[in-house]
Amino acid sequence: MTTPDSTTPSRAAAPAVELRGITKAFPGVVANDDIHLTLRAGQVHSLLGENGAGKSTLISMLSGMIAPDSGEILLDGRPVQMGSPRTALDLGIGTVYQHLTLVPNLTVLENLLLGSSTSVMLDFHAARERFAELVARLGAAIDPDARADTLALGQLQQVEIVKALWRDTRILILDEPTSMLTPQGVAELQRVLERLKAGGIAIVFITHKLHEAIEIGDRVSILKGGRIVGALDEDELRSKTPEQLKARIVNLMFGEGADQLSGVAEIEIRPLTPDEPRDVSEEAELEVSGLSIDGGDDEMSLHDVSFVVHRGEILGVAGVDGNGQRQLAQAIAGQRPIHAGDIRLAGESLRRLGVPERQERGLRYLTDDRLHEGIVRDESVAMNMVLKRIGQPPFWRRGTIQPSAIDALAEELVDRYETRTPSIHTRIGALSGGNIQKVLLARELAFDPRLVIYNKPTHGLDVKTASFVRSQIREQASQGVSALVISTELDELLAICDRIAVMSSGRLTGIVENGQDAQARVGELMVA
Amino acid sequence: MDSSALLTEAFFAALISGALLAALPILFASLGEAISEQAGVLNVGLEGMMLFGAYAGFNGALYLHSSWLGLLAGIGGGVLASLTMVVLCVRMRLDQIVVGVALFLFAEGVTSLLHGAQFGESYPRLEKPSELAIPLLSDLPAVGESLFSVHPIVYIGFALVFLVSWMLRRTSTGLNVRAAGETPAALDAAGVSVVRTRTWAVLACGALAGLGGGYLAIIAAGSFTPFMTQGAGFMAIVIAMLTRGKVLWTIVGSLLFGVSLTIATALQLAGITIPTDWVQMLPFVTVILVLILFARRSYLPSALALPYVRGER
Amino acid sequence: MTEIAVARPVAEVPRRTLRGLLEPVVMSVTPVLLAIVAGGILLTILGRDPLSFYGDILQQGMLESFGLQQSVVRMATLLMIAAGLIVAFRANLWNLGLDGQFLLAAAFVAGLAPSIVSSLGMTVGLTLCFVIAAVVGAVWTLVPAGLKARFGVNEIITTLMMNFIGINLANILVKGPFLTDAPGVPRTDILPLAERLPVLFDTRIHIGILIAAATILLVHLVMTRTPLGLRLRVLGANPRAAVHFGLRTKRLTLVAFMVSGALIGMSGAVSMLGDWGSFRADWNPGYGFLVVPLVFLARLNALATVAFVALFAVIQIGGEYATREADLPNDFVLVLVGLILFFMAITEFMRVRRERRLAFVTAGLASRLRRGGDDG
Repeated sequence: MTTPDSTTPSRAAAPAVELRGITKAFPGVVANDDIHLTLRAGQVHSLLGENGAGKSTLISMLSGMIAPDSGEILLDGRPVQMGSPRTALDLGIGTVYQHLTLVPNLTVLENLLLGSSTSVMLDFHAARERFAELVARLGAAIDPDARADTLALGQLQQVEIVKALWRDTRILILDEPTSMLTPQGVAELQRVLERLKAGGIAIVFITHKLHEAIEIGDRVSILKGGRIVGALDEDELRSKTPEQLKARIVNLMFGEGADQLSGVAEIEIRPLTPDEPRDVSEEAELEVSGLSIDGGDDEMSLHDVSFVVHRGEILGVAGVDGNGQRQLAQAIAGQRPIHAGDIRLAGESLRRLGVPERQERGLRYLTDDRLHEGIVRDESVAMNMVLKRIGQPPFWRRGTIQPSAIDALAEELVDRYETRTPSIHTRIGALSGGNIQKVLLARELAFDPRLVIYNKPTHGLDVKTASFVRSQIREQASQGVSALVISTELDELLAICDRIAVMSSGRLTGIVENGQDAQARVGELMVA
Repeated sequence: MDSSALLTEAFFAALISGALLAALPILFASLGEAISEQAGVLNVGLEGMMLFGAYAGFNGALYLHSSWLGLLAGIGGGVLASLTMVVLCVRMRLDQIVVGVALFLFAEGVTSLLHGAQFGESYPRLEKPSELAIPLLSDLPAVGESLFSVHPIVYIGFALVFLVSWMLRRTSTGLNVRAAGETPAALDAAGVSVVRTRTWAVLACGALAGLGGGYLAIIAAGSFTPFMTQGAGFMAIVIAMLTRGKVLWTIVGSLLFGVSLTIATALQLAGITIPTDWVQMLPFVTVILVLILFARRSYLPSALALPYVRGER
Repeated sequence: MTEIAVARPVAEVPRRTLRGLLEPVVMSVTPVLLAIVAGGILLTILGRDPLSFYGDILQQGMLESFGLQQSVVRMATLLMIAAGLIVAFRANLWNLGLDGQFLLAAAFVAGLAPSIVSSLGMTVGLTLCFVIAAVVGAVWTLVPAGLKARFGVNEIITTLMMNFIGINLANILVKGPFLTDAPGVPRTDILPLAERLPVLFDTRIHIGILIAAATILLVHLVMTRTPLGLRLRVLGANPRAAVHFGLRTKRLTLVAFMVSGALIGMSGAVSMLGDWGSFRADWNPGYGFLVVPLVFLARLNALATVAFVALFAVIQIGGEYATREADLPNDFVLVLVGLILFFMAITEFMRVRRERRLAFVTAGLASRLRRGGDDG
């Protein structure tokens, strides 16, 4: 890849922004603790940390969304008060948020004019010129009159960057910008960042992927538990090999010998090499043939998707978010009507069966939307464990609920899945994301599963919980439970899957055996 | 039945002037609701705002002896009512539906109570406001007088729809309103206050609903009776839902309701008598039919009825 | 961000402590008290003496034997409505068409009861009347339920529309097919006193109150113990999760709506067969909206609604007398109800600021309104 320092201008030495002793606490949690950080013009500063490390809190303060409890932010050596997003924008700080913030039913130009128009009347003419200028600076090509919801994700992100640069921006913050890009898209982004650096802009690049942090950043700071636990400067990044850097960062984050953690895949430079080829049965457990789904206006449609998952096999589904993975999972689980094709489990067609019947036959679906789809927040942990078995014995008998049976199951599962909860009668909404995921995992894996669809099973989890989830998937597979693992983290799929299918624009573009060249081939298939 | 009776001049004149009278309150209210919904606030209390507008407008016109000052008072009444929505729903982020229903019930009760305390069982009538006759056009046969010899607020009403439509598309305020209803986080990130934008939208909605109520009492009815809106506010909500953000459609929608509200009276002139119970039912049957036929087309902004909390998704 | 916000361990308040028991009571009583105070201020502004006004309410609604009996009779009707509302609200379906369902069922019962009871006898006849009322009430929810289940059309609007239609249709029936031959106001034939719901002991209280009590108890058991109750709760709390869990949401929507309509229809039967015996044209007591806040105050807990309905029946019966005495329209009750709702929302706001437990309105209400685009 590129050598980051090749374009670093000498004037970059002056600090553009300096954070001094920034601290922010939320009820019960210190999200940022005494953060010191210096951003320089013409440099990319990578901020690396796992989920929950405090990255979002830090950028929320830089972009004026929240105010720090203590500490100062200095701009060009002068302390500034960052009370609102408007102040930040006025000071020349532009932010590209992880979750895109374009209004879908407005055009690109309207989105750019949002909040930036100084007069009551919208000046589309001037906006068009400014847009052309900035797009040229990025080296992109986007139709300014297209509605935002018609653009591809990569283009949307470019619009977001244009938006962040709109008002003479000197500091650009990118929050997990690669999370929804293909490998090619990441390369494209990197080129854009090079151009912006050359223009003297200071860039903050936030990521939870170690290799991106050191490839893209001119300097790297590592955040852990709300504190900066280490930093690598330009000299260190230049002088060491990627392997040395990796070892150093892993040690900074997890202490000596932490590379043994299987969950470290998330911050790995190179994916873990998969286990020796496992013994996978030739018997087909799940057969999907010619599956098509009509997504209507709002959702991705699926076209002619076919694949087989063998008994005890882990089949990964890679692809950029929003390419039909959720629709595929929902169709197999029975939550969504299918337009054409067939789904067979152990030879039996599931077409006419509803969600409960499919569950009874051993098909399970771990949803990607834990909070909004997976649980009922105000019910207890115990009740959430049985919400997929309402009315079934032994939890209900003669139409009446049996609390003791439910409690017994819940106690056992909470114990087996190491769930941290004050009690099984605690409202599940009060648990952390990781513990909620363990409850869901327990619910899906109880009562003899045959095939489990894991949709983004480690998304948003801390490294330890993510590692726990991955090891559960592997353990289940070794007992003959097949798995369909949908993930946007290619590294994760490379670490645990036997084969990897790739989805793009609602089609299955190919299936790759996991191995040495798998990563490159998956990347090619993503844009096929 | 003699079908030629339907085509008499009297029938058309009655239908058009009646439809206009009946449509205008709904037009104002649905325009207001459309703005509020675009900004992400579902205003179930619209009927209550109209009632406040009607009560305040009636009193204004009665004591100040001017239909214009009366309408202004109606606007004031609506704005006052919408302030509760602003404080409770936009600022304190309480449930918009609960507050809306509360506002509706409270308005029904309190306007009836105030009117009862004020006038007892009597319902004083206002003097008929002067109309603005447009030369030449108002002399047209059949439709001339009913279309072009009306209170000027009618023309202002239609002009307002176009103005709001233009504002939503062409001004930064309009852009802010649309973003506040669809993706409030984007508006916030762009440095514009979501709360402030929604506040103005709800106040505008209150003003328009109050104007509609005032029109109903001052110009359409000439008096105030408790519960006089008779569901017009709810019809306006349906129209706003069906316009999908294209506010020009509120004209079509409210005229449709205006016609269905007055067709019976007009038919009576043509010699066909329908019992009032059937007549009163007609607009609501129309709504249900419209909903059954166009159910798929009703669209609500994605952040509608959701209070905006920064950082929460 | 969100992760951090939920990560903090929330201390479980044990349910059995005094505070745990008292808090919901305080939370529910506070808005009522505040509304009474605010209503009193309004009365003072209107130049009435609030103390004597409220005194009249208590005196006439509760302390006098006749008034007390009337209050209990009124409770029967209101409790049935509350039972119907709880079923729908638990599933987060805003059935606001209750006046239409109530009046239409009442019109049918009033119109048919005299001939049915005289030809089939008391037991069979009255039972059949209840069945008719339930069917009419249920059928009147079909359009909103269908539109909601099939197209996701907001049921607040549709039930309100059906409300207006139902009220007019009831009048059309009463002035048309069910019109009595007797002179006077247009009304249905009067059901003779001897053929109405039997009274208890030596009072005017009829067995409607027992029917209502049994219904409330049944609804409570179904909601807390049975699979159907839990399914409705899940649908209400999180409709997307309901789909994920494999619940048949469309069918549940229909079931909840129809049961709700049936119970409200039956309250119309109680009212006709017990209280009035005849449907007078243009009669609309507007019970429906008055009960809505009560079930919220009771947090959709069927048993708790009994207390609030009792309080409210007293206010209503006593209020009729008190407003007459004060020379005010009877609509003061609407003001009180509106105020109770306002203060309920505000009290809830204060509580949520302190902690996140016990919601008046089921969660997911708002998220239900938003379509698609919710990728969490």
